[in-house]
Parts: sequence; C-alpha cells; structure tokens
Amino acid sequence: MSVRQSLLALLDLEPMYGYQLRTEFESRTGSTWPLNIGQVYTTLGRLERDGLVVSQGADDEGHTYYGITDVGRAEVREWFVTPVGRGTPPRDELAIKLALAVTVPGIDVAAVVQTQRTATVRALQDYTRLKQRAGDGGDGPPGELAWLLVLDALVFQAEAEVRWLDHCETRLTRASRHRATTPPPAAAAAPSRPKESRR
Amino acid sequence: MTVVLRLDQVARVHGEGETAVHALRGISLDVRAGELIAVMGQSGSGKSTLLTCAGGLDTPTSGEVSIEGTPLSSLSRKGLAALRRQSVGYVFQDFNLIPALTAAENVALPRELDGVRMRQARVLALQALDSVGVADLADRFPDDMSGGQQQRVAIARAIVGERRLILADEPTGALDSETGEAVLRLLRDRVDAGAAGVLVTHEARHAAWADRVVFLRDGRVTDQTGAPSEVEELLDSGVGA
Repeated sequence: MSVRQSLLALLDLEPMYGYQLRTEFESRTGSTWPLNIGQVYTTLGRLERDGLVVSQGADDEGHTYYGITDVGRAEVREWFVTPVGRGTPPRDELAIKLALAVTVPGIDVAAVVQTQRTATVRALQDYTRLKQRAGDGGDGPPGELAWLLVLDALVFQAEAEVRWLDHCETRLTRASRHRATTPPPAAAAAPSRPKESRR
Repeated sequence: MTVVLRLDQVARVHGEGETAVHALRGISLDVRAGELIAVMGQSGSGKSTLLTCAGGLDTPTSGEVSIEGTPLSSLSRKGLAALRRQSVGYVFQDFNLIPALTAAENVALPRELDGVRMRQARVLALQALDSVGVADLADRFPDDMSGGQQQRVAIARAIVGERRLILADEPTGALDSETGEAVLRLLRDRVDAGAAGVLVTHEARHAAWADRVVFLRDGRVTDQTGAPSEVEELLDSGVGA
C-alpha cells in the first residue's frame, strides 16, 4: 500500500493535482518505480472516500487539487513511525532455484551460483555508475539526496544477495568435501537438507 | 588506450611436490589507462597473490607480468625496485603510513628515494594531496588523522609523480561504510584521470565501482562482468524495473 501513503505524504506538503503528484513521486524516487496515472487517480478516489483527502475543486486549467485532512495527516505520521512489513522476500525465485538446484541431480550448483553472482555484480556496477554520476549528496538539492538513498537501497540489496551467494558457495564446498571424505552408508542415501539453509 | 599492466599466463606455486599450493593457475589480464579492475574471490582464491605479482613484489613461477610494456623478468633486482617506485602505487587496508612523518613527507618519500630533490618532492606531494582533497592535512602526522583521511594520504602517495598503476588491497577494510565509499569514489576519480587500477576486495559493493569485475577461484578466473552499460541506457530503462 505504499502508493497510498506516498501520495498522502506528498499532500501533507501542499495540495496537489494528479499529474503533479505523479511527477513529485517520481522525481523523489529517481523514477525507479514508475507510477501509472490511472493508479494515482484511483488511489486519490479511495483516499477521498476514506476521508483522508478532500477535493478542492478545479483551477482555471481544469486541474483538480486535493488537500490532506487531519485524519490523513495522522495516517502519514503513523506510516513514518511504523516499520515496513517484511512480506514476501523479493529474491524468493533465486532462493527457490538454489534450493531446488541442490536437490535435483545433475545440476552444476556452483555454476548456478556464479552465473547469478556475475549478473548481480553487474547490476551493482550499473547502480554504482548512476551513483557516481549523481555525486555524493553532500551539497546537492534534496531531490538528489533522495535519489541517492534509493540507489543505496538497490546497492545494499544487491550486495546482500552477493554475500548470500558467497555463503551458499562456502556451504556447498564444505558439503562436497564432507561427501568426498565420508563414504555414504547405503541406508542414508536421501540427503536431508538443514532447515536453516532455506530462506 | 595503452595497456599499463599485462599479466600473461601468470602462475604462482608455493612449495613443491605433494604439498605444493597453486595460488595462481595461468592468469591473463590487461589493465588499461583509465580502467579500474576489481578482483573478487574468497580468501585463498589467489587474489592477494595476483596483486603482489602484478606489482613486482612477488615473482611468478611461470608466465610474465609487464608494466607499461616492460616485462618484469627482464629487469635486474635494482631495475625492478626502481620501476616499482616510479610506476606502481600501493594502497593497503591498514594505510601503511610512516607515523614519524607528516602527510606531505609520507607522500614525498618515494620521490625522494628516486633522487628527486626534497623541495621538488614536496611540491609534487602537495599536488598529490590536493588532488585527493586533503591539501590541508599536509603537515599533520598520521596519528592525528581519521582512518578515511589516512587512506586519502595513502592514495596520494600511490599516485604522486608519474605513477600510472594503482594496486589496492582491500583499501576500505578498516573504514566505515560511508568513508569506504568516499575512498572508492576517490580511487575511481584518479583512474578516470588516467591511471590504471586493480582493486582486490571481497565486498561486492566496492567492487562495483570498477569497470570490470573479475572473479577468482582456486587461482583461476571463473567469470567476469563484461563492458559497462551506458548511463543513459540505464536511466531510460528505469533502474528498479
């Protein structure tokens, strides 16, 4: 529901109309999450229905301005002090892929790990190049600082993925050494994956 | 662009027979002026050996390292030492500044060892300090500086004079996240200004400042990222999409 709260937070600054909200949202987040204008109007409609914003009528150019209500303001405050729920982790597909790779015979798991690592570091390089271009946020406008924070979020998420891949690799190496040194008893052929390796 | 550092089938074996450790197994790599290469790998992957061989601090068992076209194996011990002083700058995790010398003296030292007059060496040192943004620290001693400031001085020392090759071994290891990033920005800056750089790190976030990231495992290159994307393309495509 972050679109709803984001629009409310913007309206907390001053009354705005739909296109203006979209432009403000995108400039503050570096166009990283493009907003569909239809989505903006649908959200505004719901916010109005719930009494969080009020339509202030149209100006000469036909822009309908929305202003925040006291209830809306309270919701914005609440949003900023409440932690974001963890929800479904975005790298689920990768975790699932690796979990299956270690259990399906004939898959070169090390190659799966390396292919992903290269791709993720490549993405990291792209984000970093954008950061380099954006400067260090020390003396730029607030919008630049906001954009840098969004880029940093992408950077740290990608870095966490690489670290997790490094960790997987170490675990796999240790497991394969263990297999090489201990002849498997015939009865215990089915490998039991440790629970903690699931994410 | 000119190739500043070339590794041609470089191998390095420590010990002999059954206990021999193959630290590097035939690494080939070109680093050009204006190019920053990051080498990533777990401990024991050979990344530090690669750096010491590249800088002439260690000798390959086979293969050849060339710096600005000169094969290191063609040099006498004295010639190698001179080339190291004149062409190669090192940046280490623990800065390695001499505590009894000021920032300017630390940076000037390699030039003075080369026979440059003291006054001239100081001028070069001040230029180098200025280029890394710490001209105001010239007369301070390392103990009176923060870690980030010391690393900036160490980078100034690495680039003082005509040195074109910067070899950095975990240069951000002792720094906090933001200071580490500032050091990487600086390294990137100096490379963009015409140096060639090799950065060894286990942190992907720092390796990402490089033009190319090379992955090392058991002394071999297992993979590398290709040529970088154009920034305009990235902005057009929407980064988070």
